[in-house]
Amino acid sequence: MSTLVTENRFADPDRAYRALIEAHRGLSDDDSAALNTRLVLILANHIGDHSVLQEALALAKQSMGTAEAKS
Amino acid sequence: MNNRKIIYQFGYRRCADQDRPSPARHPVIVVGAGPVGLCAAIDLAQRDIPVVLLDDADRIGEGSRGICYAKRTLEILDRLGVAAPCLEKGVTWKIGKVFQRSDLLYAFDLLPEDGHKMPAFINLQQYYLEHALVERAAGLPNLEIRWGNKVIGLKHRNNGATLNVETPEGSYELDTDWVVAADGARSTLRGMLGLAFQGEVFEDRFLIADVKMKGDFPPERWFWFDPPFHDGHSALLHKQPDDVWRIDLQLGPHADAKAEQAPERVIPRLRQMLGHDDFSLEWVSVYTFQCRRLERFVHGRVVFAGDSAHQVSPFGARGANSGIQDAENLAWKLALVAKGEAPESLIESYDLERSAAADENIGHSTRSTDFIAPRSAQELRFRDSALSLARHAPFAKRVVNSGRLSTPSTYETPLSTPDADTWSGSARLGAPLPDAPMRDRNGRPIWLLEALGGRETILHVPNGEQPPTGSHVLIIVDDLIDEHGFFAQRFDAIPGSTYLVRPDQHLAARWRHATPSAFKSASRRLRGFEGGHA
Repeated sequence: MSTLVTENRFADPDRAYRALIEAHRGLSDDDSAALNTRLVLILANHIGDHSVLQEALALAKQSMGTAEAKS
Repeated sequence: MNNRKIIYQFGYRRCADQDRPSPARHPVIVVGAGPVGLCAAIDLAQRDIPVVLLDDADRIGEGSRGICYAKRTLEILDRLGVAAPCLEKGVTWKIGKVFQRSDLLYAFDLLPEDGHKMPAFINLQQYYLEHALVERAAGLPNLEIRWGNKVIGLKHRNNGATLNVETPEGSYELDTDWVVAADGARSTLRGMLGLAFQGEVFEDRFLIADVKMKGDFPPERWFWFDPPFHDGHSALLHKQPDDVWRIDLQLGPHADAKAEQAPERVIPRLRQMLGHDDFSLEWVSVYTFQCRRLERFVHGRVVFAGDSAHQVSPFGARGANSGIQDAENLAWKLALVAKGEAPESLIESYDLERSAAADENIGHSTRSTDFIAPRSAQELRFRDSALSLARHAPFAKRVVNSGRLSTPSTYETPLSTPDADTWSGSARLGAPLPDAPMRDRNGRPIWLLEALGGRETILHVPNGEQPPTGSHVLIIVDDLIDEHGFFAQRFDAIPGSTYLVRPDQHLAARWRHATPSAFKSASRRLRGFEGGHA
């Protein structure tokens, strides 16, 4: 069983982030949501490890809590 | 509307028990003559346990009905002597197709290999199955069906229960050591014991219609997401005997059940789907469903089986199939306990094994329902994203869920003796044996599962050493000839390999080189004797 990597893995993380932004630029909220949903399914399958997926879900949910606390 | 004919009518008949001054005592009373109760009663009777089967109705052929019977269920029905008429009448199928709009997304084959007696599935109106079971029951002298006998009271006694039974001629009491409560989703016995059902209730409504027509659809299960004839919802089509087609249409959570069943509403929907109106309606109903179960299936001497114990959504055909598998799991255990050949605690293993099976079925059925009937905008987005990705990436086809069709459970159970050796092949500890075509000692073709029947059996591949002894030992090569090598392949069998099979044909133990004490211990273990130590 592997664990979720939370350290940066990209050689150029700014470029990767930019790729996400560019993919969404000009899309309506609905289309953006549809794109993200497909992306989640594709990446979840690529990970292919239920425990890593659970950890990623937990991290995402946890960060929603802290974002609220900070705002 | 419900114009389905009452096909089989039975009469109430007064029985001797009604004239006794004190209640007659029976070893087992089964309540409910649906497929589950009938299978349990027949199985018990075949195992030499006298059975009384009570049913409040005097007919079969009414109400919402299961139509899909899976391979494992057919294997059980074969052992009970009713598979042949069901196969002869039923529509055999194994291919499922999933469409989005008008496009085929993918197809699946539920039995891609040869060498099994039973097909993946048959479709058959439930009343034909019930009729075949009733006819079989009539041929068993120690099984008595009492129609028009309604249980209106239940009292626990030490080592048994007393039932108060109402008939057209008044009520009478019956004492019994065991009660099998197979009285369906609205179980009266469950209510009498005040037992709660736990689980999820789904809000989506579905229209079920049986339509008579000459159609040229193949005998396959066709499922549509968002079909052109039923925008935004799902549809399912199945072929039944007698030129009857089962159509299932999702209506959404806000549909008016009564209005939707009106012919003026149903007929245009079906016309749009079928492209013509050359059909007649056999039966229409609107349903919602639940995925829930009793926390425990065994309450003293009252044992729940089938829909009285657990309910699932219809996607996956896991209702009747799992109920019949409950009946099979319970029958041999009750028979051994009733004969004093196993401790009463063996019945606890029914609760354990079939609770786990119910959880598995409820899990599959809940996940299918999540996919078929999304509950929020984002759930719908996930569903539609998976459907559109399925056209481009193989993984997404596997995500698409139109119902995961019933397969038997592999029991993780104290009745199994854990493997000490490594094994390949499709046979798995705790699972029903895979079938295989064999020849008997006279060279006649016989299926492995036929040779097993319903007895605890040892299968042994000779290796020159003393073969095992037991009440039912089959020696591969002598008693059963593995002509085509299916057995060797499916069981990873080599000289010395030995298998202990439960009376319900599930694998209880296997060894590369077994000793007499290992057999004895495993055999005691499968009958529920503590730890299996002789």
